[in-house]
Amino acid sequence: MSEKKGIQTVQRDVVVIGGGPAGLAAAIAVKEAGVDDVLLVERDRVLGGILNQCIHDGFGLHRFKEALSGPEYAARYIQSFREKKIDVMENAIVLSLTGDRVVEVSTRGKLQYIQAKAVILAMGCRERTRGAISIPGSRPSGVYTAGAAQNLMNLENIMVGKRVAILGSGDIGLIMARRMTLEGAKVESVFELLPYSSGLPRNIQQCLNDYDIPLFLSTTVTDIVGKGRLEGVKVAQVGEDRAPIASTERFVPCDTLLLSVGLIPENELTREAGVEMDPITGGAVVDDTFMTSVPGIFSCGNVLHVHDLVDWVSMESEQAGQHAAAYVKAGAKPAAAGAAKVSIKPGDGIRYTLPQSVSGGQDFILSMRVTAPWRDRTVVVRNGEKSIRKKMVRLHPAEMIRVKVGKEVASGGNAMEVSVE
Amino acid sequence: MSTTKELTCVVCPNGCTIAVELGADGKILVDAEGKPAIKGSVCKRGDEWAKQEVENPMRTIASSVPVSGGDSLMASVRTNRPIPLGKVMAVMAEVRGRTVTAPVAIGDVIIANPAGTDTDIIATRNVAKAS
Ligand SMILES: Cc1cc2nc3c(=O)[nH]c(=O)nc-3n(C[C@H](O)[C@H](O)[C@H](O)COP(=O)(O)OP(=O)(O)OC[C@H]3O[C@@H](n4cnc5c(N)ncnc54)[C@H](O)[C@@H]3O)c2cc1C
Ligand code: SF4
Repeated sequence: MSEKKGIQTVQRDVVVIGGGPAGLAAAIAVKEAGVDDVLLVERDRVLGGILNQCIHDGFGLHRFKEALSGPEYAARYIQSFREKKIDVMENAIVLSLTGDRVVEVSTRGKLQYIQAKAVILAMGCRERTRGAISIPGSRPSGVYTAGAAQNLMNLENIMVGKRVAILGSGDIGLIMARRMTLEGAKVESVFELLPYSSGLPRNIQQCLNDYDIPLFLSTTVTDIVGKGRLEGVKVAQVGEDRAPIASTERFVPCDTLLLSVGLIPENELTREAGVEMDPITGGAVVDDTFMTSVPGIFSCGNVLHVHDLVDWVSMESEQAGQHAAAYVKAGAKPAAAGAAKVSIKPGDGIRYTLPQSVSGGQDFILSMRVTAPWRDRTVVVRNGEKSIRKKMVRLHPAEMIRVKVGKEVASGGNAMEVSVE
Repeated sequence: MSTTKELTCVVCPNGCTIAVELGADGKILVDAEGKPAIKGSVCKRGDEWAKQEVENPMRTIASSVPVSGGDSLMASVRTNRPIPLGKVMAVMAEVRGRTVTAPVAIGDVIIANPAGTDTDIIATRNVAKAS
């Protein structure tokens, strides 16, 4: 043990930051790959992350072939995690991370430094707030992010309001529209700035249409009205430039406004460690082993890029865990050390790809999102003369696409490009 | 005379758009070989769902109930089988106002056959007794 500012530094093979589905799956995979010295650090009192408040069903259809609720899905991973007797610190927050993988942990005010051979980032994401989208108007109570309202209702038994408007058609907002309706609130409308919904079609059907809640596309909130408590919002249609059209402005009375305007990966620690970031995903740039630009630091789950399905979070994080274990076993060297990397570029119709580069030495799953909704198109992954084509009946920005790329396509050349044709 | 109706399958997050041909009686048309006029589903479950949706839409729902004496304030619950869409509010009326006492285990039946439906409301979260 060495000393840092008079506080002991403990050595560990792998430290996992975050105990949501990503961290749980990664830690289990590390242990299963034969690296026993793994510690998971979670700032909350309980494991499971955001899943604890996602009480609706629809989780686990790929992973378990069952429609589970969020807490049930989490419970399966927590049980397996406990059975493997993996070391865990709950109520413990990681305060800082350095590029040479020193993790600073605070537990009830007590500081500890951990020198890790590998670190797996699994901190998840947080919601965009009113500040992030800058709506003018007063600042009454009654304005919540959809996830905060979900937390209050599902975990704290606090009903946030009776007459509700929702800005943003993301899935959390849609789920909350139904949730509040079931609890007896009146949900007036959902307003979406874009000309298409950013939530899954199934949630439009079963959360809005089933309860006759109207969805207004190309519409936004222009003003927030009320002193003390919210009294209503002004909304207006927007033009193609997304600027509000004044003549269409109208007043919608409501005591509650929920914001469902997107998620931001929680990457303060990642930046602090000097990891190269992708401005589009808001997460780290990684290769096909989920390693970032800083050797020994891996990233997975919503902190890497926002996922719509937890099943993919678990699968991706298992792989990150396996690669982190292989890295430690190889004496803290990347398994494919020295191999030239092939970069992957988003082409026409593709917003981002993940990973952003590959070693070419192995098959891998290429995740991506498209820029707009389409029907009957083909996703094409090209590397020089070689290509993979995947026909898609429906493409939607809200749905992540995953394509398996064989090593024969991934190897050679120096750049791959993905596009929609 | 027939009409085409587009449905969004809610069985899984794929959310396929399924088109059904309906006859004047509001039922799905069937061809000479007995095949129903259903298009667009990616899997068989979607066909089953579309038939059901036309006859009597079924849905699953979730909620949370307060727990007394537990290490968490709330236990999440859900239907273990779909219920008719028309019964959702009646079922919720029974779920609201229900409280449970710790411990609660995943799968515990919280309400059997709410509103006379053929489903149970089961717990989806473990809540231990407060220590
Ligand atoms: C409201 C909502 C609804 C959803 N609905 C569905 C659905 O219907 N079906 C589906 O499949 N998926 C759904 N998802 C997606 C899925 O739940 C997420 O993709 C998944 O939970 C992400 O897992 P994660 O582990 O990356 O992040 P999280 O679950 O957010 O976990 C991150 C964890 O890291 C901890 N942490 C963060 N920073 C620190 C730190 N500095 N120190 C220590 N700990 C830290 C946090 O406390 C948290 O526990 C939904 C997501 C949300 C938000
Ligand atoms: S048809 Fe099958 S794949 Fe498509 S949404 Fe329904 S269950 Fe899912």
